[in-house]
Parts: sequence; C-alpha cells; structure tokens
Amino acid sequence: MTTDLKKDAPPIQIRNLHKYFGELEVLRGIDFDVSFGEVVCLLGPSGSGKSTLLRCVNKLEEPTSGHIFIEGIDITDPETDVDAVRTRIGMVFQQFNLFPHLTVLRNLRIAQRKVLGRATDEATRIAEEMLERVGLSDKVNEHPARLSGGQQQRVAIARALCMNPDMMLFDEPTSALDPELIGEVLDVMRELAEGGMTMLVVTHEMGFALQVADRVVFMDGGVIVEQGPPSQVLQNPTHERTRKFLRAIEIE
Amino acid sequence: MKRSTRQKLIRYSLYGVLILGVGLFALLADWARIARSFFNLEIAADMFPEILTTAARNTIMYTALAFTFGFILALVLALMKLSSIKPYRWLAITYIELFRGLPALVTIIFVAFAIPIAFPGVSIPGGALGQGTIGLGIVAGAYMAETIRAGIEAVPRGQMEAARSLGMSWATAMTYIILPQAFRIIIPPLTNELVLLIKDTSLFFVLGTTPASKELTKFGRDLMNSKFNGTPLTVVALVYLAITLPLTWLVSRLEKRTAAAR
Repeated sequence: MTTDLKKDAPPIQIRNLHKYFGELEVLRGIDFDVSFGEVVCLLGPSGSGKSTLLRCVNKLEEPTSGHIFIEGIDITDPETDVDAVRTRIGMVFQQFNLFPHLTVLRNLRIAQRKVLGRATDEATRIAEEMLERVGLSDKVNEHPARLSGGQQQRVAIARALCMNPDMMLFDEPTSALDPELIGEVLDVMRELAEGGMTMLVVTHEMGFALQVADRVVFMDGGVIVEQGPPSQVLQNPTHERTRKFLRAIEIE
Repeated sequence: MKRSTRQKLIRYSLYGVLILGVGLFALLADWARIARSFFNLEIAADMFPEILTTAARNTIMYTALAFTFGFILALVLALMKLSSIKPYRWLAITYIELFRGLPALVTIIFVAFAIPIAFPGVSIPGGALGQGTIGLGIVAGAYMAETIRAGIEAVPRGQMEAARSLGMSWATAMTYIILPQAFRIIIPPLTNELVLLIKDTSLFFVLGTTPASKELTKFGRDLMNSKFNGTPLTVVALVYLAITLPLTWLVSRLEKRTAAAR
C-alpha cells in the first residue's frame, strides 16, 4: 500500500485549504508546503487555526475545501486510502493519548502488529529500539499511568516512530506538561530534527522554534500572516499582528 | 430543656418503639405455624438435590443464554446508536426505547406464545423456554445497549484519534483500543444487569415446563402447591440470594476499585 507513495514528492503540500466548523471559518485559504527534512513551527494565538491546520494534514479534521497532498497523494480525494497515508505520518498530541489499558511495550507494538502486519518479534525489537532512542528502556513493562507526563510524551513519540513515518506532526506537545518536564520532551524532538525528520510543530516554545526550526509560520484568524527563518519572524517580524503576539508571549 | 437532653430523649424513645414493636411481634406471632409453613425442614430436605441440580442449574443456564444473546445484541445496538448513519441511530433508539418501555413479561409472552401462533412453522430449540430466553435477551439487549454506549462514550476522544493517526481502521481501533477500555468502565453496571437478569428468569414461571426444564421460581411454586406449604418458596429465595448476593458484593467491590483508580 505504501509502495505507490511518491517519495520524491514534497512531504506536505497544502492548496487553498478552507475549514468551517458550522458557520465559523477557522481556516481561510491556506497555501503552504513542507519540504523533505524541514522543521516548521506553527505559531499563533489560540483560535488562529494552527491546530486545525495540523489536524487536517492527517485528516483528523475533514477539510471543507482545498487540497492536501502527502508525498504527492491527495488525501482530500475520497478515493485515497487515508489509513495507509496516515502510517506515513506520525502524530503527537498535547494530551499524549497513550492507550492506558496497555503496557508501554504493547502501546508501541499494537499498530505495528495490526496495521503493518509485523510479527511480534520484529515489532518488539523495533519498539525496544525506539524506547531506547527516547531514553525509556526501563519502562517497557509499565502502564502509562505510572509514568510522568514527560515520560508519557516521550513514549508517545516512540510509538509514532515505530511506524517508520516519513514525517511527524506535533500538536502542542509540551503544553500539558509541568515546566520542569518540558525540557526532556524538547530534547527528544531536537534529536529527531537533527536526524533529518520532517516535522510540523504547533508550539508556544519560542526557544525551541528559534533553535531548531528551519522556518516559522505565524498564523492568525485562519490565515498565514507571515513566515520565514525563525530569526527573522521571531526577532524582526514585519507584521504588526506578529509583533503584538510576540510581545504578549514575552510578558508571560 | 437543654438541646442535648432533648435529643437524647428522642433517641431513647425511638429505641423504645423499636423494642416494643419487635417484642409485640415476638409475643403475638404464631411461631409454631410460621416454622411449620415456611421453615419445614422435612419439606426443605426433600427439595435437595433437585433444587440445585435442576432448578438452580436451569436458572443459571437461562440467565447465561439470555445474557450472551442480549450482550451481542446490545453491542450491535450501541454501535448503531453511535453510527454516523442516521437511520441506524433511529432504529437503535426505537428498539431501546420500545423494549425498555415494555414490561419484560409482555415481551417474553409475545416471543414465546404470540409469535408461534402467528408463524406455526417457526420452531426455536428449547420450545417455549428457548423462546422465553430469546424474549428476555431482547429486553436485556435494550438495557445493556445503553450501558455499552455510555461506556464507549466515556473513553476520551483522543484515544480514537491516536489510534486512527497510527493508521488503524475504525474497526481495528474500536476492537483493540476503545472497546477494551469501555468494558473496564462498564463491568460493574453490566454485572448489575446480570443480577437483574437472574431475577427476571423467574418470569419464565408463566411458560409451560417439563420437570426437567423448571427454573427456581416455577420449581418452588409447583412444590408449594403440591405440599400446600410455603417452605419451598423460602428455600428458593435462599438459593436466589446465594447466587445474587455474591454478585452484588462483587459489584460494590469493583466500583470501589474503579473509584480508587481515578
């Protein structure tokens, strides 16, 4: 199923994307690409549509109109097998969303087994490898409830990585964490970025955006207001709305 | 009078009324007759072992069959009620409201007698009792469907989203992620449902039975009539309690454990 994906096509291409929630237009014409190996941070005030945009990319939200191409495949085409495309896209949620009834190992194994059809041995090996990557090898048999928020989020990242995704989406991955646990998650994300993973990250972590992102996209009111290298957008923004947002963040 | 003194007086007089009531009952009751009519050991001993090997066994078997049938029905109904296809939702809602609104006895008689009259060719294994079991399962399905639906809805939305974003189909996510969590939530209410069902099999006393197919209530009632004595019903009541009380106790333990886990 995944072999017919065109690997040479850009990971994400979005064309004239609109999304309504009832009468409310939360995305008002988004055009936006992410290229191979690029790390893009999406910033903006709450209600700006950045999370909705991210969730449209793996079709957790159904776009109202427009097109989204994942590695050249139009996921807005009703003929597209979205489940197959989703295996190419790792997703990390604000609330971690680990499966509480399964141990860490089973959390990491279940989609490998049921979606990719990997044998248990192979799935276990890959799960252990990914756990080591996020530094949690000793938690393999724990249940998620026994882990700290930071550990849970690292397991969630490992779970996504087990599917060998071509790109990763992060939806405010550190917003639900106590301040002292944010660093360990950002470290894992930084390592991923350095390893060449294509990443689209909704975040309020300015430091992370400044250091790790190749590009920062500022959204407000359902449109992209400005984008560019982090140093430019974060330190020398051209739009008044961006400046206002950055001032408000700094005061926090 | 001081407030505390008054409260003490009220308390003492409440105890007084209680002691007086119990005492009067103990004095006036015809204990010999009560013992003879409800606790006749000879009649009680006569009921064994049939009450366990036949009657209790049948009660448990009818309950198990009705519960299994009802559970499968309930699972389908719950998923229908959560379906995005409106006619499925309407169908499920109609079914659930209909069979929760009717007395179970009406449904049982309907399936056991009215349908065979209408369609004489149709035969269900187990005769009237097999049909009664199906009738009871139909009712149980309506109640359990609401329990299962509530359990599925109690699983956070993010669980389905996480499963789908890993590439799982809706059915795979439901089977391996949502339902296992939902069932953990609904084990206590489902066990309650089982207790209700055990008691509801007593409604089968209206169905024609052979000696081998009697459940507890019918067994006790027939003996009561033939011996002209209430003891068989007392023994039957005790056997019911021996089955239901451990289950109720289990439910309250499970509920405490779930509450502690939160």
